[in-house]
Formats: sequence, structure tokens, C-alpha cells
Amino acid sequence: MIERRPGLTALSHGVMILGVLAIAFPLYLAFVASTHLPGEIMQVPMPLTPGSHFWDSYGAALAGRGHVGGGGSVSRMIWVSLVITLIITFGKISISLLSAFAVVYFRFPLRSLCFWAIFITLMLPVEVRIGPTYEVVARLGMVNSFAGLSIPLIASATATFLFRQFFLTIPDELVEAARVDGAGPMRFFFDILLPMSVTSIAALFVIQFIYGWNQYLWPLIIATSEEMYPVVVGIKAMIGSEVAVDWNVVMATAVLAMLPPAAVVLLMQKWFVKGLVDTEK
Amino acid sequence: MEKRVLFRSRWLPWALIAPQLLIVAVFFFWPALQALMQSLQQQDAFGGSVSWVGLDNFRALFNDETYLNSFKITIEFSVLVTVLGLAIAMALAIFADRIVKGAAFYKTVLILPYAVAPVVTGVLFSFMFSNSFGVVTFWLHRMGIEWNHLINANDAMALVVMAAVWKQISYNFLFFLAGLQSIPKSLIEAAAIDGAGPLRRFWNIQLPLLSPTTFFLLVINMVYAFFDTFAIIDAVTQGGPGKDTATLVYRVYFDGFRGMDFGSAAAQSVVLMAIVIALTVIQFRWVEKKVHY
Repeated sequence: MIERRPGLTALSHGVMILGVLAIAFPLYLAFVASTHLPGEIMQVPMPLTPGSHFWDSYGAALAGRGHVGGGGSVSRMIWVSLVITLIITFGKISISLLSAFAVVYFRFPLRSLCFWAIFITLMLPVEVRIGPTYEVVARLGMVNSFAGLSIPLIASATATFLFRQFFLTIPDELVEAARVDGAGPMRFFFDILLPMSVTSIAALFVIQFIYGWNQYLWPLIIATSEEMYPVVVGIKAMIGSEVAVDWNVVMATAVLAMLPPAAVVLLMQKWFVKGLVDTEK
Repeated sequence: MEKRVLFRSRWLPWALIAPQLLIVAVFFFWPALQALMQSLQQQDAFGGSVSWVGLDNFRALFNDETYLNSFKITIEFSVLVTVLGLAIAMALAIFADRIVKGAAFYKTVLILPYAVAPVVTGVLFSFMFSNSFGVVTFWLHRMGIEWNHLINANDAMALVVMAAVWKQISYNFLFFLAGLQSIPKSLIEAAAIDGAGPLRRFWNIQLPLLSPTTFFLLVINMVYAFFDTFAIIDAVTQGGPGKDTATLVYRVYFDGFRGMDFGSAAAQSVVLMAIVIALTVIQFRWVEKKVHY
């Protein structure tokens, strides 16, 4: 702090509290709604303090009961989300580590072409090639399967780029020392490079976990039966029909859908913030 | 920068890079090529015969009043999301930068929306603003403001913008805060000694030094508004009322998967590809140069 200005400090806190309220209100309201009976929510205005029907709403959501437009049981949806997310997250990290290792520590023909081919996928988000990508997945018979939901999303330009940048900063002496000691490339990769990359991996884990968990458009077209709905697609299916729905169940689902990514972000906040800022710069 | 010390192997690097290249080729390049080809073709309604039609699909697209309108809507939406998102996040970051006590708490709450899925954000906002029982609708009504985003196009646009900004605040905030904290304290102190007040210091030192961050976020937010808000729009308005919140990405999905108009959808994909390539090129050219003052 450069100078004491109690007024300005108070103003700062005022602004931050306003911001926090604006950010937290929708989340708080979702939680409140998930603890009431559907009828109580439909009263205008709905209560703004938690009610006593927490277990009813969450039980109904997890078991797939309650009057909602569709979607099945939330426990199944969360399972699907979790499997897809973990395949995407670990898939992205592993293949990016390997490609970055190849690009940095070997010379082979077409090396820079390979790197650019990976890098250019940044310019091809799934939205711009949605139809033909669906056709490819359909022809491979991967529609409505865990593989179809995850594998097409596993390529990662950002992760490859990040690992490449990181590997370039590792001193050459380490490789020399490893070679003198008789370590081959894979030994060097697993025993030296991998342990040194733990921080970058942790940061990417958070970013890719959120990315995977929050995927919507892709599962929307690939998951054709309720069995394979991830929770973000399921919640939309619940409110999709025109009929009146049990909003307490929908909001319980919303809270359940937010918990895993929120937990990952909060528990790994330090790595996440550092990783986010480093990755993108 | 290149490594001087290397490993030697004829096949190993290929084996290492193969998984990624395979996925990139099968699920990225091949479909993108298909989109390019299909945009020049016309398929009859039963999927039977395919004929080359040159640029007809594009011509039809740009003669379509509603498509041009989606263009306008997308630009309006993106500008609103970007400007509001950056302004609010910058204000929060500036004040957060001054705070010592409680800073960790504020920061923790402010990064929460990053973890919330866009479609869940959409569900939360349509819940708050529901026409029949929404809490915020009720408050607005009390203040004499009528709200119905199912009928009123402006309300609908305002709602998707709010949801999209809410979701993106975290990201912008973190980058602005990191940018502010990387400004050397000595610069600020020197200005303070010279008698510059907080507002003056913000205007003449912090804001200019934040310009690389701001520019970077400008591009990222445009990309976000163009491409990543599909789920928010799908949950809140489904492109309605009419097609008044149907952005370009929403149209691709709608025309391709609901309307089954593959030629048009492919042409739209190609237009989107051009946009994302342009934005990425701008971003990288600028990042290379790293504007400094």
C-alpha cells in the first residue's frame, strides 16, 4: 500500500462486496430453491432462505424421480460426466506431453509441420466443423458411446504448446547427465521430465477438467439416449419440455452439476490461477 | 530456441507424436476439409445425389435476410459481452488490487463462475428471470419494469448478455489482477511521490501498462462470445424470440441438425472458420509484438 486513504479502502471493499453479491446470488438462489418444495418456489416471491426439504430434492434428483421434462437419474449423469471428463483430461495431458517431448527432444522429418498441424487445431473449434465431425464419429460407430463423447475432444494445442515451452526452459545439462548415466529417451522422460512437469500438469488438469465437464454442444449431438447424457445435457433436457417442472429437482441437479468442477477449482486454486495465466500468455 | 542436446531415434518420435496426430487428422482436418467441400455441394433432401454447385450456398446464405440478421445479432451480442465483461472485471481487479484484508475471500468467490458450465449458467438465469415466478422478475415488476424475455427481443438479448458476462467475469478478473500485480511497485510509488493521486495513477500508469492484457482479453472474449455461448443461448432463449438471439453458432447447429440443410450449414461453418482464423491471427500477431509503452 502506497498511501493511507481510508475512504478509498472502504470504497474498494464496497465495490468488491457488490461484485461478490452479484456473482454469488444466482448460486445462492439455486441452493435455496433446491431446499424447498416445488409449490413454495412457484409462490411469488419465492423464499430467500433455505427450507427444510434438502433431502427430498437431492434424493429425487439422484434417483431420477420428480416431475421433470426428461433426462433420467442424476447419479447416472454424473457418472457419465465424470468418465468423459477424466478421459478427456488425462488423454489431453498424456498425448500432449508425448508430442511435446517428441517435438523438443528429437529431430525428425516434417517436425515443424507436425507441430503446426497440432497448433492449428486452435482455429478449428468443434462449432465450426460440427456436422462433418459428427459424420466421422457416426461412420466409426462411436455415436452414443464413451469413446465418441471423449476421444474427438482429446487433441490439445494449448497443452502441447505449454509443455513445449516448459521443456525448452529445462537446461541441456540434465539431458547430458542422463545420457552419460546411460538413460534412454523414455527413461529420461519418465524419471526426469515427468516429475519436473508436475506443476504444469496440475494447472492443466484444472483447466481441462473444467473444459471436459462443461462440454455441451458435442454431447448434445453425440449422446442420443438418456443413458449417455452428461449432467450438463441432462439438466437442459429436464427443462426442455413446455410442461411445468419441479424446479427444486432442477436446481438440486444444477448444484450437483456445479460441485465437482467447483471443488477442483477451489482445491487447486493456486495452480489453476498460475496455470491459466501462464498457459494463455 | 532449440535444444542442442537431443535423443536419436528413427521411429520413437513418430510413435510419440502419433496419437495426437491421428486424432487431429481424423477429427479435425478431415471434417474441416469435408465442411469445405460440402459448402460447394448440394445434396438432395433424401441424401441421394450430390452435385457441385460452386459458390451457390454462399450466395444463398448472404442473400438470406435472416442470416445477415444473425450476423448483426452476433456482433451486437459479442460487443456487449466483451465491453461489459472487460469493464466490470477491470473495475473489480483495480479495487481488489488495493485490498489486503479479505482479498483471498473476494478472489475465491469471483473465480467460482469459471467452474460453472455455460448451460447451468443459462438455467440459473432463466430461473431468476422466469416470467411466472422469477425472483428478479418480481423485483423488476415492483420497480415498475416489465420483464418478459420470451416475447421481448431486448429483454432476451439483455438476459443472454448478463448470463454470458457473469460466466466470463472470473477469467477476465484473474487476468487483469495478474496484469496489475506484475506492474512494478516502484513505478506506482514514484508516481505517488510526484503527487499523482490514485485516479491519475490508474489513468496514466496502470491502464496503459494493462493494454497488452486488455487487448489479449478483447480477442479471447470475442472468441468466447462467438463460439462458447451456444449453451447459454440454448438454455435461456433457444435463439428466440423469433430468431432474435440466434447467433451464428446457434444457426449452424439449428440449420444443420434441426433443419437438415447440410449445404447451408457447411457454408456457415466455413464462414465461422474464416472468423475464428482471423481472430486467432490477430491475437498471435499482437501477442508476438507485446505492446509496450
